[in-house]
Amino acid sequence: MRIESEQAFQRFVAQARKRSSARSREVLVCCGTGCLANGSAKVAEALAAELAKRGSDVPVATFTKRTGCHGFCERGPLVVLQPQGVLYTRVKPRDAAEIVEKSVIGGEVISRLVYKDPASGQRIPGYAEVPFYQRQTRVAMRNIGRIDPADIEDAVAHGAYAGLAKALFTMTPEQVIEEIEVAGLRGRGGAGFPTARKWRSCRAAAGDRKFVVCNGDEGDPGAFKDRSIMEGDPHSVIEGMVIGAYAVGAHEGFIYVRDEYPLAVVHLTLALEQARARGLLGANILGTGFDFDIRISRGGGAFVCGESSALMRSREGKVGEPRAKYVHATERGLFDLPTVLNNVETWADVGAILARGGAWFASMGTAKSKGTKAFSLVGKVKNTGLIELPMGTTLREIIYGIGGGVLGDRPFKAVQTGGPSGGCVPESLLDLPVDYEKLTEAGSMMGSGGMIVMDDRTCMVEVARYFLQFLTEESCGKCIPCREGLHQMLAIFEDLVAGRGKSGDIEKIERLARGMQLGSLCELGKSAPNPVLSTLRYFRSEYEAHIERRACPAGICRELTAYEIVETACNGCHACFKVCPVGAITGKIKELHVIHHDTCISCGACFDVCPTQAIRTFPKKELAERGVA
Amino acid sequence: MSAAHAADPKPLEAILGAYPAEEASLIQILQDVHRAYNYLPCDVLATVAKTLGVPLAKVYSVGTFYKAFSLQPQGRTIVKVCTGTACHIRGAAQLVDELQRKLGIKPGETTPDMGFTVKTVNCVGACAMAPVLIVGETYHGNAKAAKLDTYLAAGEADDAD
Ligand SMILES: Cc1cc2nc3c(=O)[nH]c(=O)nc-3n(C[C@H](O)[C@H](O)[C@H](O)COP(=O)(O)O)c2cc1C
Ligand code: SF4
Ligand code: FES
Repeated sequence: MRIESEQAFQRFVAQARKRSSARSREVLVCCGTGCLANGSAKVAEALAAELAKRGSDVPVATFTKRTGCHGFCERGPLVVLQPQGVLYTRVKPRDAAEIVEKSVIGGEVISRLVYKDPASGQRIPGYAEVPFYQRQTRVAMRNIGRIDPADIEDAVAHGAYAGLAKALFTMTPEQVIEEIEVAGLRGRGGAGFPTARKWRSCRAAAGDRKFVVCNGDEGDPGAFKDRSIMEGDPHSVIEGMVIGAYAVGAHEGFIYVRDEYPLAVVHLTLALEQARARGLLGANILGTGFDFDIRISRGGGAFVCGESSALMRSREGKVGEPRAKYVHATERGLFDLPTVLNNVETWADVGAILARGGAWFASMGTAKSKGTKAFSLVGKVKNTGLIELPMGTTLREIIYGIGGGVLGDRPFKAVQTGGPSGGCVPESLLDLPVDYEKLTEAGSMMGSGGMIVMDDRTCMVEVARYFLQFLTEESCGKCIPCREGLHQMLAIFEDLVAGRGKSGDIEKIERLARGMQLGSLCELGKSAPNPVLSTLRYFRSEYEAHIERRACPAGICRELTAYEIVETACNGCHACFKVCPVGAITGKIKELHVIHHDTCISCGACFDVCPTQAIRTFPKKELAERGVA
Repeated sequence: MSAAHAADPKPLEAILGAYPAEEASLIQILQDVHRAYNYLPCDVLATVAKTLGVPLAKVYSVGTFYKAFSLQPQGRTIVKVCTGTACHIRGAAQLVDELQRKLGIKPGETTPDMGFTVKTVNCVGACAMAPVLIVGETYHGNAKAAKLDTYLAAGEADDAD
């Protein structure tokens, strides 16, 4: 059934809402990549089977719904009971019978499955009361975890396509761009370019054939907000793109999805088919005479293809090498035709802005960064997962308020933002309000919204080496400052972490960094020194320790670090013995254990499992002083 | 994958039929070829080049540029260790080392019996469960080096049926 008028659309919404409210009870099972990895598909099956088995006992129509990522991946698999809003964490298939018996039929809360707040030790049954959710404001992720991504009616019942209907039935393309401008929306893919300005120049570009592209390459390691949006609410992306196409006058669209995201491709494909079948996509959208369709193309697994001009070359079937910036994609983009390219989250914001108004969006955030922003909070933090907050929220609020603090209550050292183009922000800047400008001033970047928390057991020199290695592999090799600069810099860092650093290395690194910033063609090369320069800026003493004292203060670099057991702290629990991959630890249960330095490979596995913190690191060169080889 | 399988032209015909014969289809076609043959066989690349009217050298440059493609036959089970940032700081290196000790191969290599290929990937988007190891199609979150035998055995069993 295709929808061909405003009235028909309103009828469709009313009917979808009615169906949704008829299902007075819903059991929502998170089936995002994270929860699936924890076995949530089996939990969903078990719950559905149990409900079917108990058919007539169940008081009202109850429905098991597979949703996208709720964000609280750490605690998965997650199950939410609606309308009560009860959240169960770490649910196992064998819990299904009890959930149906006690909670669905009996209306009781099963305390064992309820989230326990690590800060207060209290059990919090309500989804909305869990601090992780309570402090969030979700715009781009408004429907993720609430809707079944494979069911367009469910999405529409929760407000999907309302912004599109408003744009097509009541606004001119210019008015649409105006609304985006009022919202102050800036690109969520990294650089924060004003979206309305990009759309306006594409609208003004000559020619009838134009493209609208969604950048779903999400290459920053540690970021997965785009994956969750494409998987959990693909309609928000499609709606945004149709609105964008209407605004700039395009009829063809592409979603470029990262090769590592197979589930996103499945959900997007299904959503595109359903939108087409309803007349929300394709020829004569909603009967307005506007034509626009979207195709999916899968990436080939190259980080540089997240860069907009490289992405377009890749879509043309070519090697993904970027173009110089003076060629504007809004005039000569894909196939040399005018193209608007935006990030997944940017597109997901568009529908909400049209539905609720630009002024509403602009009422959140800071002076220059409006609205909300999605982040993935990962690394050494207690509550890892996906969050969305107003711009301007402080790092402290994010890491301690929502994240619950550092894993194992170890000391906080830094948070890495912006992926390989970003930097490490130290503890002294924890009160920094997060927006585009503030992060750049701190020597980092917004990037894709990955926030990787690092504790005292993270060596900043090693972290910088890690990003250099990443970028050395991912540089496309088109220009010399980036390709050779990265190679040379990586060689210096490999020496540093192995204790072969020389005086003068730091100055050499800084010279190379300047050369790369000035001479590289694209942002990959220009921003490649950021992780290095930001760690030098805030953690210079760690560099000096590696060079001057041949020591790794964090006790991470293997060539510089030895491990031993503190006799007074070891309770003989045997945990270290079990994890040591090379059998370098001896000792009987309940007796003192010993690490043998001749076999120990300094991997640190024992350190991480010891419940009494009895494992200590010390500079390896002291071994020689003790007379051990 | 045996050489006999690689020479089988049937999957290729179906793949070529599904896309317009133009350069813009190249990457999509190579992806399907990779899925069907488990790598990019040389003779297949030659056919793709001829069909699309793209020089073979260009097909080769695309085939070597993108990480998703391999020009070498791959093992029956692909083991991927995520070495993205979140996994890196939660101990992905220990997984890589332990795999090397157990299977005797480095990332990018295949065991002589063609049982396993080990690869590293940059983030699979399950960072909240770092470190992540993928054996075949199965994701293992919070993966531990000490449990590798279990992960690998389950992968082989999957492959057998
Ligand atoms: C090396 C490199 C990688 C990038 N990777 C991505 C990416 O994975 N996803 C993304 O949306 N933008 C990425 N960008 C930014 C894009 O070039 C582009 O600015 C952005 O997608 C535009 O969309 P927006 O205005 O909505 O942010 C990358 C840029 C560079 C230089
Ligand atoms: S800066 Fe690096 S990634 Fe960008 S074009 Fe040059 S070589 Fe390629
Ligand atoms: S860094 Fe490993 S899944 Fe993201």
